[in-house]
Amino acid sequence: MTPFDPAGIAVGKPLPALALEPVNRTVLALFGCASGDLNPVHLDLDVARRLGLPDVFAQGMLGMAWLGRLLTNWAPQSRLRRIDVRFQGLTHLGNAITCRGEVVGICDVDGERCARVQVSSANQFGQLKIVGEALVSLA
Amino acid sequence: MIDKKWLGYELPVSTLLLERGRLRAFARAIGETDHVYLDVEAARAAGYPDLPAPPTFLFAAEQDSGTQMAMAGAMGISLDKLLHGEQGFTYHRPACAGDTVAVHTRVSEIYDRKGGALEFVVTLSEVRNQHDEPVADLRGVLVCRH
Repeated sequence: MTPFDPAGIAVGKPLPALALEPVNRTVLALFGCASGDLNPVHLDLDVARRLGLPDVFAQGMLGMAWLGRLLTNWAPQSRLRRIDVRFQGLTHLGNAITCRGEVVGICDVDGERCARVQVSSANQFGQLKIVGEALVSLA
Repeated sequence: MIDKKWLGYELPVSTLLLERGRLRAFARAIGETDHVYLDVEAARAAGYPDLPAPPTFLFAAEQDSGTQMAMAGAMGISLDKLLHGEQGFTYHRPACAGDTVAVHTRVSEIYDRKGGALEFVVTLSEVRNQHDEPVADLRGVLVCRH
């Protein structure tokens, strides 16, 4: 990992993208247990079908955790001040998600110089799954 | 329609002891490879007292306790209508293995869109550690589809 250099941060700078393996049932089970999200709609095909869904789908917070990885791969977590996201679409089995980010502004928040980073994730078909914004300290 | 009596409702406090094994399991589940999240020595070298909780881990406290799901159920929102619309975290200090966090949550807004076809419940949470120091603030939006 390249050390984070606050002086080298400028508007328009993209973060290194994070490309994930296609979502499978094992990942959903492991994330379910580790995150505490044991909603069977992510784990149990029978329950998903009973609710009228074709299959289980990924926990929204798994996608947000990947955006967290995108950010902490770029800057140490101790610099992360905020992350806010909107869930746009379900992530289905077989979806290969790529997380992307770009610095869209430099601003002062509570007297601290911060980078505003727009983040998003999309599958291999370009369908957006999560969009959001993070604040990363440059102080 | 969700009864507006829920506005201002304070959920039971959820307490979670951050265990190293749980944090590692979370890191592995999300494919994390950065040793800071997996190896105590690497975490210490990075300035943490122990393995740090990854940015979104704190959400687990209320998943474990089930308080938000119980609230949604009591509001009359069934599982098949419930979606997670938005989520936010504002950080004040790290939470690491060995810390115990307490999550204090209240319902801050209830509103609807599209003539009531979509209803929204906004919750705000304060996360504090065992020293009663602020760790993070969370904002969540639950969506009920009719």
